[in-house]
Amino acid sequence: MSMELPPKKPRSTKKLVRNVAIILAVAALYVWTFASIQIDFARVIERAQSNFDRVIPKLFSPNWDRAGEVIDMMIETIFIAYVGSLAAAIIAVPLGFLAAKNMTGSRIFSTLGVWILSAVRAFPEIILAILFIVAVGPTPFAGILAIAIGSTGMLGKLYAESLEAIDMNVVEAMQANGANRIQVMFHGIIPQVIPEFLSYAIYRFEIDVRASTVLGYVGAGGIGTMIFFAQSSRNWSDMGMILLVIIIVVTIFDYASSYIRRRII
Amino acid sequence: MVKEMNKPSLAEDKYAPMLSPWRVKSKIAIIFFIVLFFLFFSSTRTGVDFGTLLSGLSNMGQITDKLLPPNWGIVGPAMERLIETIHMAIIATTFAVLVVIPVSLLAAQNINSNKIVYNITRFIMNILRTIPDIVLAVIFVGLFGIGVFGGIVALFVFSLGILAKLISETIESIDMEPVEAMRASGASTIQAIAFAVVPQVLPQFSSFSLYVFEINVRASVVIGLVGAGGIGNLMMTRFGFNDYNSVFTIIIIIFVVVVLIEYISGKIREAIV
Repeated sequence: MSMELPPKKPRSTKKLVRNVAIILAVAALYVWTFASIQIDFARVIERAQSNFDRVIPKLFSPNWDRAGEVIDMMIETIFIAYVGSLAAAIIAVPLGFLAAKNMTGSRIFSTLGVWILSAVRAFPEIILAILFIVAVGPTPFAGILAIAIGSTGMLGKLYAESLEAIDMNVVEAMQANGANRIQVMFHGIIPQVIPEFLSYAIYRFEIDVRASTVLGYVGAGGIGTMIFFAQSSRNWSDMGMILLVIIIVVTIFDYASSYIRRRII
Repeated sequence: MVKEMNKPSLAEDKYAPMLSPWRVKSKIAIIFFIVLFFLFFSSTRTGVDFGTLLSGLSNMGQITDKLLPPNWGIVGPAMERLIETIHMAIIATTFAVLVVIPVSLLAAQNINSNKIVYNITRFIMNILRTIPDIVLAVIFVGLFGIGVFGGIVALFVFSLGILAKLISETIESIDMEPVEAMRASGASTIQAIAFAVVPQVLPQFSSFSLYVFEINVRASVVIGLVGAGGIGNLMMTRFGFNDYNSVFTIIIIIFVVVVLIEYISGKIREAIV
């Protein structure tokens, strides 16, 4: 038996040209990036040297005197996330039905739904928060609205995907037996998707707890307000306390949420 | 002999609870009341009731009053800062992608047999992922001064956490047989990784890298708000001056760019995987 390697596939020139073009484009992108980014390294190093002792050790020695206040604000943050994601979990249902291809029976509606949802998703929560602060003033309510609208985009998309994956035979069988649309909806579609909807809503709540910690930075309530004040007064041991509380609470919610989601599905 | 019919037992039929509707119904009712209870609790704390909700909704008209018309004069400077934002995202993603290779190998149970190193890497990465991007930016801007550099470091740390999780999970799900075969025929660890692990994870690796780039573009807008350079910085300044018309223009620009980049990146990712 000879020890020859298997024959190599003939390389098509089209692919070669394409690969070269991709490499050139990426290289050009990097040249452009590194040539035009302006970083004053001397200043960065000088700043880092003078700030290091002021910032890093303080971050790791949190100010325990303010623990009560920080925890109180964290509770407000969780409430903002809760109301916001609950509202989103409900608003996203009709949008999910609109965006699912097998629900409306018309491509126009589902395309419209998909567009609405992806338009909503393109806004970072904090920018939505800025928009709502303009409307309702700097209150936790603005934060709730930002979370609710921001989460609707993602939840609606996930809902639509799970609606598209349902067993349509059940729906067809019910229609063939003369069930009306409402009956099909409540006995044919909803029971199939309820566990997934719930699981996604809980998952989004987990994300929202994280997202709502920063909304206060622009004035939308919650622990972010304290981040803003700690930054402007350069109080890094307060920041350490805030960071500690955020890390612990977010970790707890992550574990709780993944535990509950495993139980549901 | 006739085989006994395969009768589903109550335990293995997962729809069995439906046979006793009162149990399901009471369960649903209890969950419903818990949800309502928390909602009541939260809305008293955050000061939201139906009155505020309605008056808030009627205030929504103010958005258009205050934001319109957009100030197109700011487009020029905004574009400059936008390019800065994108550069920040590119640099941070690149370094995160390079650094994540060893980190994700250390955080993969099937590659790293050293339990202690594995657990420490996992632990650090889990903690990194809990810190919001803005908080990271606040810290690194405090450390390195206002400007792009602090922002890039913040984005780097932020995306490292996400990437390490995604990629180490991909590595853990690979087919281990090629690795074992290579090890059995005398390949070193590095060789086994390069020729048995890398080819299996490369498509997901590139796809996740692009995904993290998308996240970074969005995050780099946001971290600009705390002084980390880029278009977010400009937006925060305008917001501070109550110049809502310019804020609105910047929001439109951000929106268009985010949608565009997500569309392109999505198309590339579809082609890769």
